[in-house]
Amino acid sequence: MSDILAMTAVAARQALDNKSISAVELTEAYIKAGQDTSENNAYVLTTPDKAMDMAKASDARLARGDAGLLEGIPIGVKDMFCTKGVETTASSRILKGFVPTYESTVTQNLWQDGAVMLGKINCDEFAMGSANETSAFGAVINPWTASDGPLKGKALTPGGSSGGSAAVMAARSALLAPGTDTGGSIRQPAAFCGLVGLKPTYGRCSRLGIVAFASSLDQAGPITRDVADCALMMTSMASYDKGDSTSIDAPMPDLMAALSKARNEGVKNMRIGIPDEYTIDGMPEQIVTLWEQGRQWLEDAGAICVPVSLPHTKYALPAYYIIAPAEASSNLARYDGVRYGQRVEGATLDEMYAKTRGAGFGDEVKRRILIGTYVLSAGYYDAYYIKAQKIRRLIQNDFHQVFSDVDALLTPSTPSVAFALGDEDKDPVSMFLNDVFTVPANLAGIPAISVPAGLSSDGLPLGLQLIAPALREDTLIEGAAMLEKAAGFDHVASGAAS
Amino acid sequence: MSDKTPDYNPDHNSDHNVIDKTTIHKIAKLARIEIAPEREDALCGELSTIISWVEQLGECDTAHVEPLASVTGHSLPMRDDVVTSGDDPDAVLSNAPEGASHFFVVPKVVE
Repeated sequence: MSDILAMTAVAARQALDNKSISAVELTEAYIKAGQDTSENNAYVLTTPDKAMDMAKASDARLARGDAGLLEGIPIGVKDMFCTKGVETTASSRILKGFVPTYESTVTQNLWQDGAVMLGKINCDEFAMGSANETSAFGAVINPWTASDGPLKGKALTPGGSSGGSAAVMAARSALLAPGTDTGGSIRQPAAFCGLVGLKPTYGRCSRLGIVAFASSLDQAGPITRDVADCALMMTSMASYDKGDSTSIDAPMPDLMAALSKARNEGVKNMRIGIPDEYTIDGMPEQIVTLWEQGRQWLEDAGAICVPVSLPHTKYALPAYYIIAPAEASSNLARYDGVRYGQRVEGATLDEMYAKTRGAGFGDEVKRRILIGTYVLSAGYYDAYYIKAQKIRRLIQNDFHQVFSDVDALLTPSTPSVAFALGDEDKDPVSMFLNDVFTVPANLAGIPAISVPAGLSSDGLPLGLQLIAPALREDTLIEGAAMLEKAAGFDHVASGAAS
Repeated sequence: MSDKTPDYNPDHNSDHNVIDKTTIHKIAKLARIEIAPEREDALCGELSTIISWVEQLGECDTAHVEPLASVTGHSLPMRDDVVTSGDDPDAVLSNAPEGASHFFVVPKVVE
């Protein structure tokens, strides 16, 4: 069994092709792994019968030589993706019982390519959070544990909002996991769980059928064990979709070719910018050291690293926490107890709305809707919302300027390692700081990847982030392949299934 | 368009909430969210912390900057004004908390 779970998706695809394993065997192993690791609370719904049916269909296609890119690969789907006929709640009470009558484009692409659905995965409520603690289903426990230091013996967060997705990947209870990233929700959990996480260019993945949080920022992307799996899964997830008016009609570069190229030739003459502004007060010394190590690794692979400046970086986070709640307050207006989800009766229509929303939303979601309502309200709109949009322009301009000189940027993924569940300061702003390195790429709509680069002194994963210009996911894969090779990160979480 | 932030006070005193209960009531009404009375004090503090923190944007000069609403840089695509899907009221209503004869049911609005 352990040999099966140890295979990456690329390795499993080869094993399926050469018939050394069947899709049914692979799926059975992952269903069992999910059961064996259920204490981490990552699956909110399992669909074993559906998984077995899909696996059998995959075996039939494999037998007749008609296999897709992800044929027979078992995946866990973040509960932000609408799945036809399978309850989808965004980990919110207000959507309890909602069974979509349609499939999200991204998951449709995955099924089209032969992937097998294991179930739906826990996340922060409406993807609003950085610790997976705002979920109506409760927190997810990170399969990683500290081997030493103050966090030893404590249950840790897997990060958020795609915390459950990262947890199932680290626990080896799914082989691939699609996430969504509005301000870092793929990359931060990937970093906390020793995984690769890619947020593509805004518009690469259709938003059709993804529960909307902040529409101008939301992007789906892969969470995988390694860079090769990331290239494979990204290729499947991305598509031009007329059903999403912000979908980009541009071909995805051949990511598998980019990976081979980097592995064979290195990243000779790739210019990497090291942004001055990503050095922040109070950042642990080992993250600074790892960042410096990453620069060295890329130079060893042939890259040229130069210091660059993105002067408006410090304003990204506060601008994000105006724009994202503003869009959320508008998007979440649809949860009114009329068309879907839960309803709490009231004497009047307005009372029914208020009671439904008061009971259905959790505290963090309420806070963000209220902040969004405030910054969009008469008299404050220009001062907050328009101001934040102007800052957004300046941040995008910063990136445009540095990308005239460099191919990609190297930064830490997060300002800390995974923290203990329930331990984080209850001040909402301190939780926001988790996203300090990831938010700028969302504001600018550009792609970014987190790669596991080492362990902290306490034995917890640390990630490095690469950021590239729009549409250059190939550059990210090339650089990430070099970081991965140099880091040689082959650690497995103590809570992984075996 | 003004860049002036109302009530902006760089020496913001954390004992003073920029969002008071009157404001909470107003925005909760606008957002159609019932707030439990015992949560109001805490919420004033939490929202005030967030708003005070985002007000640091006031120090950044944006006088000649165009707001950025969409990063895609392309205008929204046009399509023919024809029906592409629909005519499936059962599917549309399948998740409704209350429906009748292919309609959503809501509390009485007109007396």
